[in-house]
Amino acid sequence: MAFLDIHHLEKSFGAQRVVKDFNLGIEKGEFVSFLGPSGCGKTTVLRMVAGFEMPTSGAIRIDGRDVTGQPANRRKIGMVFQAYALFPNLTVEQNIGFGLRVAGEGKAETRVRVAEMLELIGLPQLGNRYPFQLSGGQQQRVALARALAVRPQVLLLDEPLSALDAKIRVSLREEIRRIQRELGITTIFVTHDQEEALSMSDRVVVMHQGVADQVGTPFEIYNRPATRFVAQFVGTLNLLDANLLDAAAGRIGLGDVPVALNRTLPGRTGDRVSLALRPETVALGRKEERNVVLSGHIAEVHFLGSVIRIRVAVAGQLVSLDTFNQPDRPPPSVGTPVEVSVSDRDLLVLAA
Amino acid sequence: MMGKRLWSWLAVVLGGIYFLLPLVGMFDFSLRMQRGGYSFEAYRIVLADTQFQQTFGYSVMLALLTIVLGILIVVPTAYFVRLRFPGLRPIVEFITLLPLVIPPIVIVFGYIRIYNTSSILPLTGSWWGTNILLVFGYATLSLPYMYRSVDTGLRTIDIASLTEAAQSLGSGWARILAVVILPNVFVSVLSGAFLTFAIVIGEYVFAALLNVNSFGPYMVWMGGNRAYEPSALAVVAFAITWVCMGLIQLFTRFSKFSTVRR
Repeated sequence: MAFLDIHHLEKSFGAQRVVKDFNLGIEKGEFVSFLGPSGCGKTTVLRMVAGFEMPTSGAIRIDGRDVTGQPANRRKIGMVFQAYALFPNLTVEQNIGFGLRVAGEGKAETRVRVAEMLELIGLPQLGNRYPFQLSGGQQQRVALARALAVRPQVLLLDEPLSALDAKIRVSLREEIRRIQRELGITTIFVTHDQEEALSMSDRVVVMHQGVADQVGTPFEIYNRPATRFVAQFVGTLNLLDANLLDAAAGRIGLGDVPVALNRTLPGRTGDRVSLALRPETVALGRKEERNVVLSGHIAEVHFLGSVIRIRVAVAGQLVSLDTFNQPDRPPPSVGTPVEVSVSDRDLLVLAA
Repeated sequence: MMGKRLWSWLAVVLGGIYFLLPLVGMFDFSLRMQRGGYSFEAYRIVLADTQFQQTFGYSVMLALLTIVLGILIVVPTAYFVRLRFPGLRPIVEFITLLPLVIPPIVIVFGYIRIYNTSSILPLTGSWWGTNILLVFGYATLSLPYMYRSVDTGLRTIDIASLTEAAQSLGSGWARILAVVILPNVFVSVLSGAFLTFAIVIGEYVFAALLNVNSFGPYMVWMGGNRAYEPSALAVVAFAITWVCMGLIQLFTRFSKFSTVRR
């Protein structure tokens, strides 16, 4: 059994089911992200783990103990909120020491632990400040220290970087990951930012309409999306309409152009499917290891600086591809007939 | 442009005269006890009067008890209404406004009918009972001011996140209210408390009909029996109210973690 075990979790608000049969096992020390658009149920699952929402059905077990009916203040869970939620009337030191005081720790132990935490977040000189005297990034670091000070069993992070500006977001996410690794604490991170989820996590749970569409490593999620939603939500994607010519032989038709994928495909011959391919897997011209070659013409050219995004019209549909800028080779002009090549391994067939 | 400014100033001056002239007149009259010049004789007599000291001290004590009761009732109510039952807010607001609509004399007659000596709960029959009734009544009278200021204070902080943060750190409800919520709405509670203080100090109807010797009935008695001293007393009462208002401003501005400075 996993350290944190979420078993057939359901949550309804009135007639609306916001979380549907959610199952997940998280190992001790693992960093798992819940990724999805607003309203997909990711925060609701997190709040049920925290004890702020009661599940309609299902169970949550931490370290083998059922905590489903346990109040939030008995669960030993550290939580970091999007809006920081530092206590405005307490100094940084008092904020970090709050949970320790509640737990009845002695003054000396609390002082040592608070100093340790301040050192961990790199703010040892700001202990006497009030929250309103800190920047957003500093406040969120303090919130993290406050959550960790009580040595929680699980750390929950509810979009902790959303309120920060881009540069601080990147540096803080690296810091959160460093601290998480250092302490080896089991962590759930909720975000709608795919870059955050992919760069920080051991595993990502992509959620859609209250269901976990796919659970996997960032590499799996990005390269082998299980559903059309995952494929579209994570990263940029070319989705082309196609039909299954021969499922057993692995042949599909892209308009009038037959494409051989050389593997058995799910579905039946004649089914409408979507062919998904990432822009970075498509190359302009024929390339040795890319065995699927499609002919078309340049439809759009977007010069983005170091990268040039080109859209090629193939069988009446547009395929995006990215090439690096080369100063001695200007991008092709619109209307030029071209060939694009892609490896059959990089062509994913999804239900239409 | 110049004409507009002139009219604005004229309005301010007229308004100022309307409010200040009676006060200036009263203050002037209170200083004329001794013939042939101004003196603070009336103030000296009033402040030296043992009845003044007794009734004022008694009213201060009632005011402090009312404030404590008000805080105990209003802070948790306003907090839970905001946190758990936001749909009830209009109803609770309406209830807290009732003391402004129902005159105190109606409330006190109701009290006398319900809690008289031949009732199940004969509070009016004993000194303790009467004082309890008085404090409860005053807490009701101060409800519109106390509730509004606490509710406004709660609006300025994210009580849902603060509550959840405290819960995740192991806090129970009592600690959340005492250590997290109350200190963060302290300035608002103080505003309500000072307004309550000002109301209770000068209150007459409850005190007179429940037959207690507080500061309100003393002022009325003084007004009916003396010439200069009532004016001096009125100026003192005004001064107390203004000091209360000034203290609200002072606490708001100099609070260490005040929302004004954030």
